[in-house]
Amino acid sequence: MFGKLTLDAFTHSSLIIVFANVIMVGTGLLVIGLLTYFRKWGYLYREWFTTVDHKKIGVMYIFIALIFLLRGFIDAAMVRAQQATAGPGMEGYLEAHHFAELFTGHGTMMIFFMAMPFIVGLMNIAIPLQIGARDVSYPLLNAISLWLTAAAGALVMISLLIGQFSEAGWSGYTPFSGLDHSPSVGVDYWIWALQISGISTTLTGVNFLVTILKKRAPGMNFMRMPMFTWTSLCTTILIVLSFPALTVALALLALDRSAGTHFFTGTMGGDQMMYINMFWIWGHPEVYILVLPVFGVFSEVVTTYCNKRLFGYKSMVWATMAIAFLSFTVWVHHFFTMGQDPLRNAAFGIATMVIAIPTGVKIYDWIWTMFRGRIEFKLPMLWTLGFIITFTMGGMSGVLLAIPGADYKMHNSLFLVAHFHNVLIPGTMFGLLAGFYYWFPKAFGFKLDEKWGRHSFFGWLVGFYVAFVPLYMLGMMGMPRRMASYENPVWHFWLVIAAIGALIVAYGIFAMFMQIYVSYRDREKNRDLSGDPWGGRTLEWSIASPPPEYNFAIIPEVHDRDAFMYMKVHNTAYQRPERYEDIHMPKSTPIAIVIAGLAFVFGFAYVWHIWWLAGLCLLGVIGAVIARSFNPEPEYVIPAGEVERTENAFHDKVAQDGALERMKHIESFGDERSAYAATPEPSTTGTQSEKPL
Amino acid sequence: MSSNAHDLNSIRAAARADTEVNFGFWIYLMSDVIIFSMLFLVYVDLSQRYAGGPTAADVFELRGVFLETMALLLSSLTFGMAMVNLHQGQKERVVIWLGVTFVLGAFFLGHELSEFAHLIHEGASFTRSGFLSAFFGLVGTHGAHVFFGLVWIVVMVVQIKLRGLTPPVASRLARLSLFWHFLDLVWICVFSTVYLPGVLQGVAA
Repeated sequence: MFGKLTLDAFTHSSLIIVFANVIMVGTGLLVIGLLTYFRKWGYLYREWFTTVDHKKIGVMYIFIALIFLLRGFIDAAMVRAQQATAGPGMEGYLEAHHFAELFTGHGTMMIFFMAMPFIVGLMNIAIPLQIGARDVSYPLLNAISLWLTAAAGALVMISLLIGQFSEAGWSGYTPFSGLDHSPSVGVDYWIWALQISGISTTLTGVNFLVTILKKRAPGMNFMRMPMFTWTSLCTTILIVLSFPALTVALALLALDRSAGTHFFTGTMGGDQMMYINMFWIWGHPEVYILVLPVFGVFSEVVTTYCNKRLFGYKSMVWATMAIAFLSFTVWVHHFFTMGQDPLRNAAFGIATMVIAIPTGVKIYDWIWTMFRGRIEFKLPMLWTLGFIITFTMGGMSGVLLAIPGADYKMHNSLFLVAHFHNVLIPGTMFGLLAGFYYWFPKAFGFKLDEKWGRHSFFGWLVGFYVAFVPLYMLGMMGMPRRMASYENPVWHFWLVIAAIGALIVAYGIFAMFMQIYVSYRDREKNRDLSGDPWGGRTLEWSIASPPPEYNFAIIPEVHDRDAFMYMKVHNTAYQRPERYEDIHMPKSTPIAIVIAGLAFVFGFAYVWHIWWLAGLCLLGVIGAVIARSFNPEPEYVIPAGEVERTENAFHDKVAQDGALERMKHIESFGDERSAYAATPEPSTTGTQSEKPL
Repeated sequence: MSSNAHDLNSIRAAARADTEVNFGFWIYLMSDVIIFSMLFLVYVDLSQRYAGGPTAADVFELRGVFLETMALLLSSLTFGMAMVNLHQGQKERVVIWLGVTFVLGAFFLGHELSEFAHLIHEGASFTRSGFLSAFFGLVGTHGAHVFFGLVWIVVMVVQIKLRGLTPPVASRLARLSLFWHFLDLVWICVFSTVYLPGVLQGVAA
């Protein structure tokens, strides 16, 4: 009846896991209690659970990301604490298998449930607004993607309570992840969490690819797309072309574990290395899926806070495309030591080094944009500067690792761990937090606190260096990754330093949550009335903060790459049309949470081999899709009068804020802040970049 | 029953391959192409790994495969006839041609399932060797797609009966048509990657 699920699954040998469960279940019950006490369920259901509005979906994605940032970080801190206390003659405080669950959980959660939802969240909030659209191409599909991600995250969460999580590392290499070596349900939880979230990401990729190609406002040709939209376009292409590889690899691994097939087994004709190839055929493009949109965030931030056009827009576009293409040609560098011939290793090594060239182009483009710009050192600029310096170092260590001969020495050492954290933390985390601050007022209508933000920045930056420079050194000393205990006394000192670094990062994360709390408390003081708090250049800043559900009352016409800046220079921003028209918007629907709920139960049932339940859920999903197709197009109409009232209220606020006055002083794209500067400096780069396309 | 000219234009517009919603379906098919290419790679990698079990030449029987291939290819033609009649607003004929397509697809699937059952009965099941796992994985995934295509055809026939040829129905039929032709294309690759080399191997030996 319940497959492999027995009461034993609820018993845990480790007190730490019991404690974590008490906290998790307790927090869950507390939240449910509070929501019930304040009677918020109806509100949540109507406004959030059933919504298909891309802005709200984006906010919920980032909410999921922040929860998993906490969980992923706790895992990381426990790993660091174990290695700092498990040297020669010391016990450590974790059992080896629990330690393995922690590093597996850390990688899995940070990649799939922190970074990906955060990126997709920012894309949801910003892209339809940047391209002048009222929503994405498939709003319901967007909601389904969100809730599938939530369902997958819930599977990871529940593995802590019922059964256990995988011990096979975030990449789940065979044969270790096969049934012979990992007979527990941990790997199955890992498979189905990744499978469901991977399907969600594929759907998001299709959705945003079509949105960007088909829903741009009139006049926005490819070379007028904002940089974040461009990099997201490349990311969606990578998603559509690479995630199916992960889907297949995981599906075959699941069959090996549950149906007795021999795809990746060591015996009976299976091929273990095939899994590793398939995993990285997805896994390397995934690195760029995580990094490219964030490059777009940095481009937006640099142009906005340096008050200049982006330097080398075209080279930036080509560099992005080049990186996207090259990302499919380098996967073998994850296993140079597999035993293929040196020629093959050399080819993949060279391809890997070549990626440094377009990446370098980007770095120089940002630096040249700052050059002679009027830089405002707002928080996102700090993140950007921290990123440029730190990421360049990480890139350099990557070029070192790309040399197959050197890689034989570094492979699976802490040098590698230091390298990929050195690119992913600045390249993804810093940029996500910059984008979080940058678009926060657009999503919520008030700005984030600067002071706590700076605390967070310095916590992350200093903490990063203290935590990861020792790992580079340990790698050079020969320390392998993922060690629950070790006997070399020389390593201990550096692992203690790394643990202190993790503590400093912890302060950065604490400061970030303080920043959110303080900003919410003081929200009335930090209201963004004009919808344009930073002197923005792209269309999302031309509408109210937070935007009305229809985004644009009138779909704007685009004349320039910096579309909103063009309007401000030509005094055509904030114009009211002669008359407004009715707007059709998609209706809310509970079908997304139904499908995701069934997907969650399906995953759980498959993990525990409760076949009848898994089958029922699968039928339920198919039935829900078919039932939906019988509904007539579910839309509702916002009458013109209501649109007019909303827009008039916005224009009143714009006038109150003085944005109209400011606009009169903006005369050029290069240094529009001449309104604030006593003696505007002539800018040579400004005139150069003002040339039309 | 034929619709009037105004309806016909809106039906034809909805059935175009380049509307926003149909364009998204092309993109989805791209991702499906990747799924199949991975399965082809798996098959090519494992196709000689018999683990002492039956070889490709032992298990493939070309005559039956030829029949099911012909049925599937023919079903693409009959689906094309359904689409031609859709463009002319011939509701009854669309249903008839969809019905013929369904029968041909069901014949294909039935034949494939009986082949699978036969193999498992003979001890050549997917648990026997890497080669057989890859064979069942690739051909089975294609078969699952055909199964969903059949379910989709049934749903569309019901919708045509209930609603008639409305633009949303026409738009869905256009996507189903893409899906069905795509499966045909994949099958041609399966035939020439799995069955032909397998049988040729036997001839050479």
